Amino acid sequence: MQKLLRRVTNPILVKEYRSRMRTLKTPVTLFLYLLVMGGVIFGFTYLQYARNVYYNPGDSRMLFVMLAALQLVLIAFVTPGLVAGTISGERERQTLNILLTTHLSPLKIVLSKLVSSLSFMALLVFATLPVYAVIFLFGGVSPGQVLGVFGFYLMAMILFGSVGLFCSAWFKRTGVSTVTAYMLTFALLGGTGLAAVFLNEMLDLLNGHGTHPKLFYVAALNPVLNLIAMFEPEFVTLGSNVEPPITPWVYFLIVYLPVSILLWYLSVKRLMPVKRPIFTRKRKGE
Amino acid sequence: MIRTVNLSMKYGKFRAVHDLNLQIEAGSVFGFVGPNGAGKSTTMSILATLLAPTSGQAYVDGYDVIQNPEEVRRLIGYMPDFFGVYDNLTAVEYLDFYAGAYNIPVEKRETLIRDLLELVNLSMKADAYVDTLSRGMKQRLGLARCLIHDPKVLILDEPASGLDPRARIEMKEILKELKGMGKTILISSHILPELAEMCDHIGIIEQGQLIAMAPVDQIAAQVAGHRVLRVKLRSRAEDAQALVQDAKGVQSVTLEGKTDLLIAYTGDEEGQVALLSRLVSNGLPVLAFSEEAGNLEEVFLTVTKGVGS
Repeated sequence: MQKLLRRVTNPILVKEYRSRMRTLKTPVTLFLYLLVMGGVIFGFTYLQYARNVYYNPGDSRMLFVMLAALQLVLIAFVTPGLVAGTISGERERQTLNILLTTHLSPLKIVLSKLVSSLSFMALLVFATLPVYAVIFLFGGVSPGQVLGVFGFYLMAMILFGSVGLFCSAWFKRTGVSTVTAYMLTFALLGGTGLAAVFLNEMLDLLNGHGTHPKLFYVAALNPVLNLIAMFEPEFVTLGSNVEPPITPWVYFLIVYLPVSILLWYLSVKRLMPVKRPIFTRKRKGE
Repeated sequence: MIRTVNLSMKYGKFRAVHDLNLQIEAGSVFGFVGPNGAGKSTTMSILATLLAPTSGQAYVDGYDVIQNPEEVRRLIGYMPDFFGVYDNLTAVEYLDFYAGAYNIPVEKRETLIRDLLELVNLSMKADAYVDTLSRGMKQRLGLARCLIHDPKVLILDEPASGLDPRARIEMKEILKELKGMGKTILISSHILPELAEMCDHIGIIEQGQLIAMAPVDQIAAQVAGHRVLRVKLRSRAEDAQALVQDAKGVQSVTLEGKTDLLIAYTGDEEGQVALLSRLVSNGLPVLAFSEEAGNLEEVFLTVTKGVGS
């Protein structure tokens, strides 16, 4: 382990990995995460198939979608908790000022904190692979879709992590930062879906019952609906059979990646002790 | 090595530092003294590139702290008045983390960390978790952390505060060793006598303004407006008192015990020579003739009297 850590040259990552793996909280979190994931999925599988004498691949596909959505919700529950205390914790521990007088730039500090927290989140997701393997065996899902789901998790983790990171840089107290990060994450998780449904109902009321293709742009902002759309595209068109104008996950990436980058920028700005341009062009000879 | 020019810092309407002009030579130890809230920590934070002054400039080895913060960070080791440590890291890992933060090559770190722990007398705690160390040990570890990149300048904000007498003495010894290594040290305290032993120069700050700055042995004279000369005689102290009473530059003469005279003197060094030769030529048995450093505690109270508290 020590030899492996030496290969990682970023000191913040080394420190975070070291100290995280030494706490009891880490195995407990891993255990609880797997318990929830495995418990819900295997419990549901048991209830569905206990009295059946045959397997319907369509049912197992539905089970896989449920597993994917549950994992996404769990990511939304865990990520803000992991990230929201990273910078405010340094401030509370009175170690941030010392860190800012070293050669580590605020940008490097912010991104290292994000990567270290998301690495642990990735470990949690990776640990659930056996659950996926079991459900995958039932059939109904292609390997490409499984890969797509994991790619989507990565996008969602970066988004939720960036929200948590921003709150952590913005608020001095970890408590306030965590609560705000959860509120914003749940707004993304539930608020965007509710907004899509609400707008759909309103348009039905105003224009009569029909399809509203433009609502895709609101519905596809919802991570859960967007993820399910990988299997059932009508989830982002709110039941209509209209073809989405753009692949839902691409739209998700186009919208949320710039949002995440903006949140990193604001976090770095907030962290800089003396406000200066973040990216400075090196002069000749430097 | 450290220079500030009309340095000012305002927090809203509150003036934390006002037109501060400091000049600290390379290799010297400068004691920055003042009551709580006088502006010491603010000045040090500016020098450590953590705060931008409202106006004025600050330079470390010629580099402007605002224009060239990276260069300044390379030159300084900063220890704030309060700092925390990371949980679940040993003393070696703690220093290794900061060595990484200063881009020190991995192959050099082991020897460097061992030497630093030895310097701060923490070799026996190398594998102890830092959160289990006593406050004194944490302060010493903090000092080792400051030295990890071999900075020319150390900015130490109240390094001895909250330490028990033994830990204070240990800290003083380490600082003397660092002084011997040629480091320029800016050290703050709200207790003047604490600094007198290890500093070359003292600056007294109150309400953000520098109200006195002088070599440590002259600070009392500068503050009081006169020097105190101690004359030790084998006998005839009363005769000596009568003889120097009306000499030029002598404000007052006090007899201390049966053999010592304390002379409040406003004249120059030539006048002091004349005073001594007057005593000797009159046949008085002078054993010693010296300038008193002055009661620093009294100096501090005189200078900072009532303001700011």
